[in-house]
Amino acid sequence: MSNSIISLVNVSKSYKRDSFNVPVLNHLSFDVESGEFLALMGPSGSGKTTLLNLIAGIDRPSSGKIEINGVDIATLSESSLAKWRANNVGFVFQFYNLLPVLTAFENVELPLLLTKLSKADRKQRVEFALSVVGLADRMSHYPKQLSGGQEQRVAIARAIVTDPTIIVADEPTGDLDKNSAVEILTLLERLNKEMKKTIIMVTHDPNAAKIAGITKHLDKGDLV
Amino acid sequence: MKILKLIIRNSARHKLRSLLTVVGIAIAVLAFCILRTVVTAWYAGVDASAPDRLVTRHAVSFIFPLPYSYKEKIASIDGVETVSFANWFQGVYKDKNNFFARLAIDEETLFTVYPEYLISKEEKEAFLADRRGCIIGSGIAKEYNIKIGDKMPIEGDIYPGNWDFTVRGIYRPRDKTTDATQMFFQWTYLNETMEKNSPLRANSVGWYLVKIKDPARSAEISNKIDNLFANSKAETKSETEGAFQQGFISASGAIITAMNYLSFIIIGIIMLVLGNTMIMTARERTREYAVFRTLGFSAFHVAGLIFGESMIISGFGGALGLLLSFPIIKGIEEGMPKGFFPTFNLEPVTVILAISAALLIGVLASIFPTQRAVKTKIVDGFRFVG
Repeated sequence: MSNSIISLVNVSKSYKRDSFNVPVLNHLSFDVESGEFLALMGPSGSGKTTLLNLIAGIDRPSSGKIEINGVDIATLSESSLAKWRANNVGFVFQFYNLLPVLTAFENVELPLLLTKLSKADRKQRVEFALSVVGLADRMSHYPKQLSGGQEQRVAIARAIVTDPTIIVADEPTGDLDKNSAVEILTLLERLNKEMKKTIIMVTHDPNAAKIAGITKHLDKGDLV
Repeated sequence: MKILKLIIRNSARHKLRSLLTVVGIAIAVLAFCILRTVVTAWYAGVDASAPDRLVTRHAVSFIFPLPYSYKEKIASIDGVETVSFANWFQGVYKDKNNFFARLAIDEETLFTVYPEYLISKEEKEAFLADRRGCIIGSGIAKEYNIKIGDKMPIEGDIYPGNWDFTVRGIYRPRDKTTDATQMFFQWTYLNETMEKNSPLRANSVGWYLVKIKDPARSAEISNKIDNLFANSKAETKSETEGAFQQGFISASGAIITAMNYLSFIIIGIIMLVLGNTMIMTARERTREYAVFRTLGFSAFHVAGLIFGESMIISGFGGALGLLLSFPIIKGIEEGMPKGFFPTFNLEPVTVILAISAALLIGVLASIFPTQRAVKTKIVDGFRFVG
């Protein structure tokens, strides 16, 4: 019996550029098992980030079906999709995307503001998430007071604080030096192995891809 | 609470930009308040007018006198309660810049027709007992430090000669719009002097003040008065006190109208300035809004962030402008020649208008950036390069 958490069936995506229709993804079909660590690789413009955005529910396919945990997310309304993202997906971006006016604690707490958790419960969760990424002692620091690697660890803490089933990471080591990149990859590996998170990571780096259990290659919108 | 904290911190993110915008709004609100106060002061006479008072003047012009004998004839008209009268005396008190109204009035009836001039019985009796006595408004007393019993010499111009008065009373304004910057003395004293020095000018009054029993009959009674003196040597024109005051203002109507428009144009300009600030702010934060929406925040939340920031900036600017308005308008009032305006106060309606204007600026300035932020797709937000 299949244990797939993500199922893509004949998914295509194209963008309109002026009067032209530019195809980005062509009839992709594949499954991702629960607890899998999938790396998406491919040259620039191959459609990696677009595919990640579709799986994460921040973009919609032009055709095809994306089922996550049995929910066809392409059919959800904007507000339902927003709620679904808040409950099911954790995001890690290449440029961290932390809010500069909030401390590490407050940045991590941000997704929890949409929940009905009490202040004490939010605090407990944030402290746990920051301790997982090894930044329990930097909670009151602002992003500009942290290194790039530390900022990305705060971003990972923000991604796991709601305990999502899936974590999507778009080139999480793309803006980091070698040592910081290793730290982040090790952390993602831990999240996958110890916390059983399903992780889908877009990367250009073959060393990063080695940490993932499965690697899929995209080229011009096709799986190769 | 956390979101409010975020809005406040966002507002202080570009400190100089926010500060300049706040100061800009404050100056606009201050200018708005000053202009509105000038306009309101201009109309204070109209506002202070009583509906049960008519003014009867010479039909040709206010500057031509009417015979004193008209008083009894007007009083005989049905619906008339009291008839009073006054002459514009003018003159100079110490210096030509000391401007305030100096009027010879019917000492027996003025305070009946104008109950808003509050004076004690003793002071009124002292005034009636002294032919050369005068009553001044509390504004004049304060401005020139005059007390009861002080001498008040006036150098006559319309009525030449040196006129020496003794202050017998100081009236207080009943309402905020009541003019407390006038000097009254007995018309009888003026008339007796004219009979002696210039008999042709005696027994004439500047205008009649007619208190009527029913304000609803003002038009009818005005017509009756004017018909009474039709085809005489001194035909009259009667109208309500409000219409009479309005006639004075209409001479400066274009300037007042321009000031009125200007006060709202200033608000419009500053709205564009804040709108520009908010557009720049929202543009710079396009990626952040995409992050918010990615994390599950709705477009409504994002709109709230922009709207909240706009309201905070406009609120601070409005509050600062309003706070500055009180001492500055007070300073202008003190710096102006007394009597230039009967009242020069920041009226509650101006305060309400200024607050409403500041809030309106905040709301309108956030509409376009909010619409743009909400309509931008998340993926386009991440791709955006500001």
